[in-house]
Amino acid sequence: MRAESASARTLVLDVPDWPGHLAGQHLDVRLTAPDGYQAVRSYSLASAAAPAGRTLVEIGVELLEEGEVSSFLVEEVRPGDVLEVTGPLGGWFVWRPGTLEPVQLIGGGSGVVPLLSVVRTHAQVPAAPQLRLLLSVRSPAVAMYRAELLERAATQPGFSLEVVWTREVPPGEVARPGRLDARRLATAALPPAQRPLCLVCGPTPFVEHVAELLVAAGHDSGRIRTERFGSAR
Amino acid sequence: MSAVEPGDGAENEVLRVPEVTRGFTGRRRRRTEALPPGQYRTDDFPVLSAGPTPRVDTDEWRFTITTETGSSHHWDWNGLQRLPRDSFDTDLHCVTRWSKFGTRWSGYPLDAFFDRVQTSAGHALVTSYGGYTTNLPVADLLGGRAWIVTGYDGQPLEPVHGGPARLLVPHLYLWKSAKWVRSITLSDEQELGFWERVGYHAYGDPWSEQRYSL
Repeated sequence: MRAESASARTLVLDVPDWPGHLAGQHLDVRLTAPDGYQAVRSYSLASAAAPAGRTLVEIGVELLEEGEVSSFLVEEVRPGDVLEVTGPLGGWFVWRPGTLEPVQLIGGGSGVVPLLSVVRTHAQVPAAPQLRLLLSVRSPAVAMYRAELLERAATQPGFSLEVVWTREVPPGEVARPGRLDARRLATAALPPAQRPLCLVCGPTPFVEHVAELLVAAGHDSGRIRTERFGSAR
Repeated sequence: MSAVEPGDGAENEVLRVPEVTRGFTGRRRRRTEALPPGQYRTDDFPVLSAGPTPRVDTDEWRFTITTETGSSHHWDWNGLQRLPRDSFDTDLHCVTRWSKFGTRWSGYPLDAFFDRVQTSAGHALVTSYGGYTTNLPVADLLGGRAWIVTGYDGQPLEPVHGGPARLLVPHLYLWKSAKWVRSITLSDEQELGFWERVGYHAYGDPWSEQRYSL
């Protein structure tokens, strides 16, 4: 396991009988207390798409306020612990290698996790299409996978990265913090004329906002796939 | 299944009996009989949708039921208002594990729509503005257990939660309660909907924990 930010960590699970997964899917983790009490939550897979068989799969977990499962997974779990998982789950918010159209990924906060799976899968595909990742992040302290994404943006053919800092920018950066708006989207995202597949993941208000911006900018709503977490208000 | 280190081989089988997770005690909330297995209570109203939220004007809203013989019945927003209207409280159970208790809705029981419809079909495919689909047995739409709802918590239903009108079938997992409902197609054969085609259960009873068709 690795800390990914001040409030998130990556867990690597050694799954002996993994059925294989697509980029963007998730799994359920079920925890059982000594008295039989159980709690189950879904976590997005961060690892690249994998075939069936014994597999190391990564999940990204952000600590939530009052989160009984996330607090266990971020603060308590140790190497060697046994967890019960079900998956992969979800067959819609996915990217399948072999499709030729460009892909625009847009993530808010820990919504980056399933998008990282797409980026890592893209790296393994020869002659992969153009892939752009646009992230909205509060501050460098809570940015997940920052080092890996910067490295990939510098070296992975066809992949580019844009980050909008909403509260605090990294030291040395001249841009001011601000919300992702129509102007930022127009300069940072692939244009509608390229008809990219758009995968948008993040907290519900963020995804609602971005999906509206994309539709208003002229993207076909049938090409926009979303994954939301949390409440509308 | 083990975290990080390859295990000693003991877990190289699918775990059949849940084993205690070392170090986990949980934060139990007030237990309630109304919580189906594997669910937790939330007081928020989470939103799950597969794409952008469609904006549907009530002037342009139409709702259609098409039978297995191809005959169609249509309602517009005014026609909807002429049906008997219910206000009711119900619990919601989402397949992503949250349940929300005592939600207050207003809308129109499907029975009133089906009064006009001649059918012996067993299956329904529900289609939304935006293209979402879900399937369920016709029987689950009847008997005062399913509504076209237009109000939530005393207010017009917001687009993000399926407004202006969504199906509500609270005895099944919430993905069956199609937001932005547009039509119901009746058939003798079951046709799977959007989530049902990608691994979710064809029926989706929360009390039997019918989440996935794995």
